[in-house]
Amino acid sequence: MSNIDVKRTAKLFIGGAFPRSESGRTYEAKDKNKNFVANVALASRKDGRDAVVAARAAFAKWSEATAYNRAQVLYRVSEIMQGRREQFVEELSLWSKTKKQAETEVDEAINRMVWFAGWADKIAMVTGSNNPVAGPFFDFSIPEPTGVVAAVAPENSALLGLVETIASIVVSGNTVIVIASESQPLPAVSLAEVIATSDVPGGVINILTGSYKEIAPWLASHQDINALDLTGVDKKQIALELEKEAATNLKRVLRPNTKLDGLARIKVFLETKTVWHPRGF
Amino acid sequence: MLKDDPLVLPSILRDATNSDSALKKFLNGLSGVDKVGVEERVAKLGTRSIKTTAKAEGIDLSIRMIDLTTLEGMDTKGKVKSLCAKAKRPDPLDPSVPSVAAVCVYSDLVGIAKENLIGTNINVAAVATGFPSGRVSLAAKLQDTADAVSQGADEIDMVIDRGAFHEGRFLDIYDQIQAIKHTCGAAHLKVILETGELKTYDNVKKASWIAMLAGADFIKTSTGKVQPAATLPVTLVMLQAIRDFETATHRRIGMKPAGGIKTTKDAMKYLVLLKETLGDNWMNPNMFRFGASSLLNDLLMQRQKMKNGAYSGPDYVTVD
Repeated sequence: MSNIDVKRTAKLFIGGAFPRSESGRTYEAKDKNKNFVANVALASRKDGRDAVVAARAAFAKWSEATAYNRAQVLYRVSEIMQGRREQFVEELSLWSKTKKQAETEVDEAINRMVWFAGWADKIAMVTGSNNPVAGPFFDFSIPEPTGVVAAVAPENSALLGLVETIASIVVSGNTVIVIASESQPLPAVSLAEVIATSDVPGGVINILTGSYKEIAPWLASHQDINALDLTGVDKKQIALELEKEAATNLKRVLRPNTKLDGLARIKVFLETKTVWHPRGF
Repeated sequence: MLKDDPLVLPSILRDATNSDSALKKFLNGLSGVDKVGVEERVAKLGTRSIKTTAKAEGIDLSIRMIDLTTLEGMDTKGKVKSLCAKAKRPDPLDPSVPSVAAVCVYSDLVGIAKENLIGTNINVAAVATGFPSGRVSLAAKLQDTADAVSQGADEIDMVIDRGAFHEGRFLDIYDQIQAIKHTCGAAHLKVILETGELKTYDNVKKASWIAMLAGADFIKTSTGKVQPAATLPVTLVMLQAIRDFETATHRRIGMKPAGGIKTTKDAMKYLVLLKETLGDNWMNPNMFRFGASSLLNDLLMQRQKMKNGAYSGPDYVTVD
């Protein structure tokens, strides 16, 4: 019996489900030789808004999950990525110079996910503090997640950059709406499928494909978003506009080209809570 | 039967309520509801796109149609007080937002609500008659209603005896509604069918007719305590019953879907259904109400979005 060649429809990932764009639009993704690769969902501002609703709904539970649990879930993501290594390599090869390069990026992306997973139960120890105060108080500061974060992932690091963006935001308990690389969307679509099967609660990670130039302004002005990651914004003027919009409700903003990585990146999306506990002597 | 029946019904309808068997015969003679047709029509009307000025008008109309509701065992005087404040000025930052139609509370809290709504034209609606189950004696139901009315309730939301309905004791339901209506006096009577417990569209249609024949001013889908609560198909069936009743009697009955209506999009769908089924005469708070609490916040957020151009969030509306 001959196999049927079932083509995959590249869809969005919102609230744990895979909807088409509410607008019904798609765009053609082309590989490095300008050959047609796939029709990919072109997200609209409505999709962005739906994603915010999903991310907000997921925040309470995810931010209150134990650090240990969040680490386990992110580690599980890397496990499933490992199982799909060949697929990721194949997709990245469509745009990378050599297959070797693609393999290196996939391995590095999986490592990066594990590395961030490990941070979940260490953030509070490293960034929290016990503060000496002049009074009968035990005074301490602990980090808390900022809330719902909208992110523009790097255009030319379709998997590694995306993993870095997502993992650094959600590891501390934030939820995220990420706009994936517009020209190289397939790794993001596959990563969504990985996330959907890794015990990540629906809505914690939402992935949109399409043009950040179209969607990001709506997310930047959205009053129910608490922080903005502009890493993937490659136009200075647009970054400036987005930052201005973000100021309307005092969002935390990570500017493009800040070259932050690792723990420094995690810290951008944290707030500090300080507690003065009476000591009684 | 009560002597001062306020309804002047055509003789065929008057005869229908003469005896249990006559009522049963009349209700069974109503044409059946086409389930597939109803659901298809609702789905079709639900795809209508309401944008810009029409949407702005729809949002304000929806706000004016809301019965802002709190029906929890843990309701406090403070909760009712803050609900009344919200009813008056739904968005404290924007005085152009209209007030809601009514505040809906349990009957023992009517006095508190009334006190906090002095000087406004916002009504106080009370759920009565052993809400939500209705499993108390008629005497208790009448007492419950009389209490609410004596505290100043402008509207009474009663529940029908669903058990009696499934036993086929239609005339008992009819008599009870009439007795409650009599006790209401000047207060408007909304009859809750609890469609989620009636199971079929045909039953919903029959119950609608019993309520309307007995003198209901409004028919209402649900208590909000039973799932499914208000749905679009059920609402369409009830709206069609209202239309048929108007044709037969020239009396206009109001409609109130309640429970589970949470988003502006939902509200717009109900308005489309209303406009297409009953027309402009029903497109006002005297003839149509939304029984809701969280719907109001979503309407306010959409209103803010239309005004400021940016999507709003739950941090910018009051917490109930």
